[in-house]
Amino acid sequence: MIIGSRPTKFQVVIDKNQCMLCGRCVDNCSYGVFRMEPEGIITNTRNCVACHRCISQCPRDAITIMERPCDYRSHPVWTAQVKENIFKQAESGKILLGGMGNAQQYPILFDHLVLDACQVTNPSIDPLREPMELRTYIGKKPRQLEFIQKSDSDISLVTELVPNLKLETPIMIGHMSYGAISLNAHKAMAKAVSDIGTFMGTGEGGLHEALYPYQEHMIVQVASGRFGVDVNYLERGAAIEIKIGQGAKPGIGGHLPGEKVCADVSCTRMIPEGSDAISPAPHHDIYSIEDLKQLVISLKEATEWKKPVFVKIAAVHNVAAIAAGIARSGADAVVIDGFRGGTGAAPSVFRDHVGIPIEAAVAAVDTKLRRQGIRNEVSIIASGGIRQSADVAKAICLGADAVYIGTAALVAMGCRVCGTCYRGLCTWGIATQRPDLVARLDPEEASHNVKNLIDAWTLELAELMGAAGINSIESLRGNRDRLRGYMLDQSMLDVLDVKAIGA
Amino acid sequence: MCGIIGVIDKQRELMDGSSIRDALSIMDERGSGEGAGYAAYGVYPDYADLYAIHVFYDNLVEPKAQVEDLLETWGMIEHDEEIPTFEQAGIPKIHTPWRYFFRPKTRLMQRSRTPDDEIVKHIVMEVNKSIKGALIFSSGKNIGVFKASGWPEEVADFYRVEKYEGYLWLAHNRYPTNTPGWWGGAHPFNLLNWSVVHNGEITSYGTNRRYIESFGYDCTMYTDTEVVAYLMDLLVRRHGLTQELAVRALAPPFWEEIERMPEDIQRLNTALRLTYGSAMMNGPFAIAVASPDSIVGFSDRIKLRPLVIGEHDNKVFISSEEAAIRTVDSAIKNIYMPKAGHPIVGRTVA
Repeated sequence: MIIGSRPTKFQVVIDKNQCMLCGRCVDNCSYGVFRMEPEGIITNTRNCVACHRCISQCPRDAITIMERPCDYRSHPVWTAQVKENIFKQAESGKILLGGMGNAQQYPILFDHLVLDACQVTNPSIDPLREPMELRTYIGKKPRQLEFIQKSDSDISLVTELVPNLKLETPIMIGHMSYGAISLNAHKAMAKAVSDIGTFMGTGEGGLHEALYPYQEHMIVQVASGRFGVDVNYLERGAAIEIKIGQGAKPGIGGHLPGEKVCADVSCTRMIPEGSDAISPAPHHDIYSIEDLKQLVISLKEATEWKKPVFVKIAAVHNVAAIAAGIARSGADAVVIDGFRGGTGAAPSVFRDHVGIPIEAAVAAVDTKLRRQGIRNEVSIIASGGIRQSADVAKAICLGADAVYIGTAALVAMGCRVCGTCYRGLCTWGIATQRPDLVARLDPEEASHNVKNLIDAWTLELAELMGAAGINSIESLRGNRDRLRGYMLDQSMLDVLDVKAIGA
Repeated sequence: MCGIIGVIDKQRELMDGSSIRDALSIMDERGSGEGAGYAAYGVYPDYADLYAIHVFYDNLVEPKAQVEDLLETWGMIEHDEEIPTFEQAGIPKIHTPWRYFFRPKTRLMQRSRTPDDEIVKHIVMEVNKSIKGALIFSSGKNIGVFKASGWPEEVADFYRVEKYEGYLWLAHNRYPTNTPGWWGGAHPFNLLNWSVVHNGEITSYGTNRRYIESFGYDCTMYTDTEVVAYLMDLLVRRHGLTQELAVRALAPPFWEEIERMPEDIQRLNTALRLTYGSAMMNGPFAIAVASPDSIVGFSDRIKLRPLVIGEHDNKVFISSEEAAIRTVDSAIKNIYMPKAGHPIVGRTVA
């Protein structure tokens, strides 16, 4: 008790004049903030995580949540966060955990890049009147085509194209495992991507039977824990993704607490019920790039060379050279996960301090692959911190073929980014396995929300392209000329290969 | 804006440059007097098997010595001279145009199927990137590009294009918008046997430039059109595509159209779009590309720039305006506008 109580993070206030004592807040809060007493609703404000479930369900707008009503003495170095971390570690002697993505105040490069539009010298294209093509193929393309010319008009193609994924929009949903999130959340997203004509990742938790109807739009993941991996799983996926690393925690593995491993999760992951699911930091059969190549080829062999194989890495300092190695491994796409990528749980020290942002990583990888003449060998999928359609457009201009969204799709289903996923108490029924909480998320309804979000971004992307005088996504890809850097220093502009505003 | 006019005689009958001068000049309002140029095929019959290399020199001392050193490293200069020019009030003579007739030593370029072309391409890239005060703007066999900053008629008179006779002419009147008017920025752009004139603005230039640079081409002209010449060289000479397929790769059909094609044609078009997605050109354009046995005209896929085709006896015309074609051939009957994105090819038969 040396340290004692700290100021509450949030204060929950109920306006007694408004409250009609319906008790919805009591029912909805899984963190135990509210309780009904004869004198009214009593709050235990210290339990609040600001997930806003109570606010969303209150019929009278009677609830207000304030952040840090009583703060520490302000100090630029010894901030509240720093002090609280020290308190926690002084008491526990343990590694600190955090949910969701990087919470440090790093500048967001996307917000320092601006897009271009046409004026006079070339006409902008109206997507309502003219075709606008966002179709994207993910996978290996030949460097050049070979033909046999039999006569003047009879030319036949000799080159055989390897399987590619066909996306109707360059937006996919990244890998969030069943276990980390609920089956209803998975169903909702799977239905949305199937309706749109794009794809989502299964994460490393296997593929639940309920998702088999959507399997043609699912990318199955093979991570270091190999949970749920068998040939049935591989064959069901539209593509296979080997996960080497994750932007939120580069260089370390994963840990799904036993509490989240219910009977269903246990079956899907093929592990005992209630046991912790631990993914080791490295794959124990991949200790170098040549081992990766063997795994890529083994997976292709197992699925008769019918499926593209992706490799996902965290964006680390040497990401460009690593991606070039992956491009030569036989993989069809490289997924780069920037340091703002989300997670159910990660050591905060990794989440906040390891890796680089996706903008710089994608630019560096695209440049490196082009310089080596192997850009067609792999597609580039950017992920980690894609918040809006403008980010998608900018990521593509910097060289990505497509993006993965993660957190944005969860937010579309109600997630308030409270960062408490690892506790398994998600009031929205997303990051939890508790049946009563999961039941709150109606997959049908939630799938509409996710679909709406991707549809809306796709419309905005089409408008942005039209304004830039571009009617096909290929012409936006790697088109850094249509970006300008706003308040970026020269070294950053050089990495991004982007000119400054006005230049 | 910009105006273009091109003509080919299928029987390789020679035409002097006077009528093409008049045709281009009638489109003066499409330009701004900051650049015009003419490319003519068949103009150097005495040196037909040598590369005719045209260079703009800022002075005849350092850059000229460096260019000649480079040429002599890679082959033999069989003849060289200043390109005759005649003073025009509107054209300050910033550069001295020079021409070399050059024979590469093919054994020096071991790694190519077309070593002589590869040597000349290398020289062009090297000079334009590294030698200050020198710019190679024409490098084909029996081909000459004549261009400068000025109005079409001034540039024609500056070089006296009526003195040259070619079976294929390509001409351009420039209204620069994204880069200043300078001699190197005037069209036609030429590399080896390819000459390109272009009306428009390639909105995919950033993608196209990075793509072509990964194959060892350097974009040095500060303008988007040069990538077209390099892309044609890459796709046709190095990758072995026919001209029609190369044009299809640069301005491919929409996916919706591809899906309606018979299966094998669909497969071919899908493969082209997937493989050459970064070569695809976007934005408004009308382009004419010439090679020694053909001229190809095509526009962007939604035809944001004008392109008119005329055919009469052995001649095929490509132009921004019907009036320009009628200036050359007042008796012409068959004039039409091709569909967006569809290439129109005029090919020699002799």
